Amino acid sequence: MNLLETRDLQKHFGGLHVTAGVNLALAQGEIHCLIGPNGAGKSTLFKLILGEYAPSGGSIWYGGDDITGLAPHLRIRRGISVKFQVPGIFAALSVRQNLAIALQHHLEGHSMAEEIERLLEYLNLRSEAAQRAGNLSHGQKQWLEIGMAISLKPRLLLLDEPTAGMSPEETHATGEMVKDLNARGMTVLAVEHDMAFVRQVASRVSVLHFGRIFAQGTIDEVTADERVAEIYLGQGHHHV
Amino acid sequence: MARPGLPVRLLRRLEGPQTMGRGPLFWLGFLAVVALAALYPLTADGYTVGNTIYFFNWCFMALGLCLIWGYGGALSFGQTAFFGLAGYGYGIVTLNLGAAHGLTLLAVVCAVAAASAFAAVLGYFLFFGRIGGVFLGIVTLSVTLVFERFMAQTAGPEWHVGVARLNGFNGMSGMPPLTIPWPGGDIALFPDVPLYYVVLALLVVVYLGLRILVNSRFGNVLVAIRENPLRATMLGYDVRRYQLGGFVIGAALAGLSGVLYTAWGQYITPSSMGITAAALPIVWVAVGGRADLTATLLGTLSVLAGFQLLTVYGSQYALVVMGLLLVLTVLLAPEGLIAGLARLPGRLARRGRQNGNGNGNGNGNANGSPNANPNGGGA
Repeated sequence: MNLLETRDLQKHFGGLHVTAGVNLALAQGEIHCLIGPNGAGKSTLFKLILGEYAPSGGSIWYGGDDITGLAPHLRIRRGISVKFQVPGIFAALSVRQNLAIALQHHLEGHSMAEEIERLLEYLNLRSEAAQRAGNLSHGQKQWLEIGMAISLKPRLLLLDEPTAGMSPEETHATGEMVKDLNARGMTVLAVEHDMAFVRQVASRVSVLHFGRIFAQGTIDEVTADERVAEIYLGQGHHHV
Repeated sequence: MARPGLPVRLLRRLEGPQTMGRGPLFWLGFLAVVALAALYPLTADGYTVGNTIYFFNWCFMALGLCLIWGYGGALSFGQTAFFGLAGYGYGIVTLNLGAAHGLTLLAVVCAVAAASAFAAVLGYFLFFGRIGGVFLGIVTLSVTLVFERFMAQTAGPEWHVGVARLNGFNGMSGMPPLTIPWPGGDIALFPDVPLYYVVLALLVVVYLGLRILVNSRFGNVLVAIRENPLRATMLGYDVRRYQLGGFVIGAALAGLSGVLYTAWGQYITPSSMGITAAALPIVWVAVGGRADLTATLLGTLSVLAGFQLLTVYGSQYALVVMGLLLVLTVLLAPEGLIAGLARLPGRLARRGRQNGNGNGNGNGNANGSPNANPNGGGA
């Protein structure tokens, strides 16, 4: 069954068709990567799925239900979770408190304290637990936000450039983390520029171009597609 | 594991990440301060004690603003509107119903409820209309000034509610003080020692109650919204409802201040909602430290006391100093003077440690990686 489906999803800003009829189907259990040149409409598609933008047309289905008109926070409560591109953390609060705020939906007291310790261990942030989250390194902020996103125990995890600004080592480690989360049952949709990361994790890849799905398949199929190479080369990207 | 009872869980929330001060030392200090405040009437005459209540009256409004602005991140100039609304509400109810049978206490409830209800309607349009940042300040200030203008033009005899004349710019006066029904004769709380104890007790209860509130789940979410509303939404919280909740609680506290002030001085005028009055709570809260209840409380009392001393030399001069104080605070200690001082020892200790290590945490992070990585960070 498809966990997430967008049907002819559209978003216009004035005359600009940023999302021009996207039909994307995400099967339960896959790691789906969304690639495409800058301005292809990847971030807009995420905002539509999260409900930050209301679509100009089309519909969004999640777990068999039409969620097109659902408020953002209610989508989250149904099991969608997101990690933003720019780390969305609570900078003035401690790392531990960041996690507590994410966890307090379903946990409290002793069981919450245990889960926080487990997450700190998993994110390798144990020694930073009492620090202001704003003082973390960039990569650590990314992990903390992933930790907050997964502490909701989502069925669908959206990752917007999860490795932006990370070193190759950190990127690789993040890839292993994503695969581990997927093995625990999370379906993942990731926007990513780093092709090494996409190769590492993706079960399927969609190429977004001018607000449409331009090509779809495994990473090998997509990179072998001459048209895909063309749009990337046209943009000056040589690392496909 | 058995869940502890509600009282125990509430008491635990007296301390937490959202409030400065924890441990036996802090609470001993707290008890000492309360004890000193309780002993103070023994050292002064009733008239002076009655005047001291004036300072306590304002603290509720300041604590409410601390909740809305310091914790929730929404700068509101509306506190004085709720203050005035509740003050006039108390006057209207008591002038009509009188002070017998505990009706002044009913008036307190009605006036605070009216201020809260008005805040709920205003806040609904503000937060559900997604008006934030500077626009929230502009709209709330406008509402306050509209109230002031409106009340100032109610001088004519046609402006009355029952027997209560609104009296335009001169304001309403002659309402009875808080009166507690008592067998053998009601106790009227004029500005004297008994009223001092009532207001002091209220202040202690409100302060402790707010400490519990901000360290609860509600407070956690409020602070999360201040830090990053989008992230809070994307953790499944309906940000608008929490903001509205904080706004209404803060407004109720402003209303409580208004009622206490009106009952204390037995008058209320439109200038209590003027632009000067609307700006002063911002100064009190900012100077102490808006993001902490204790800092706000101490800051408010200090600034009020300082303001009172300065007004001896003329009130305009005192206002200039208030403005200067606000500007200096924003420039030099944006988190507030008292909050800044309270955090100074920890900050110095950290700096000392870092100098000792000579390396800080810069290097330790580069090799850090999640444990999901089987290769240990590819190092």
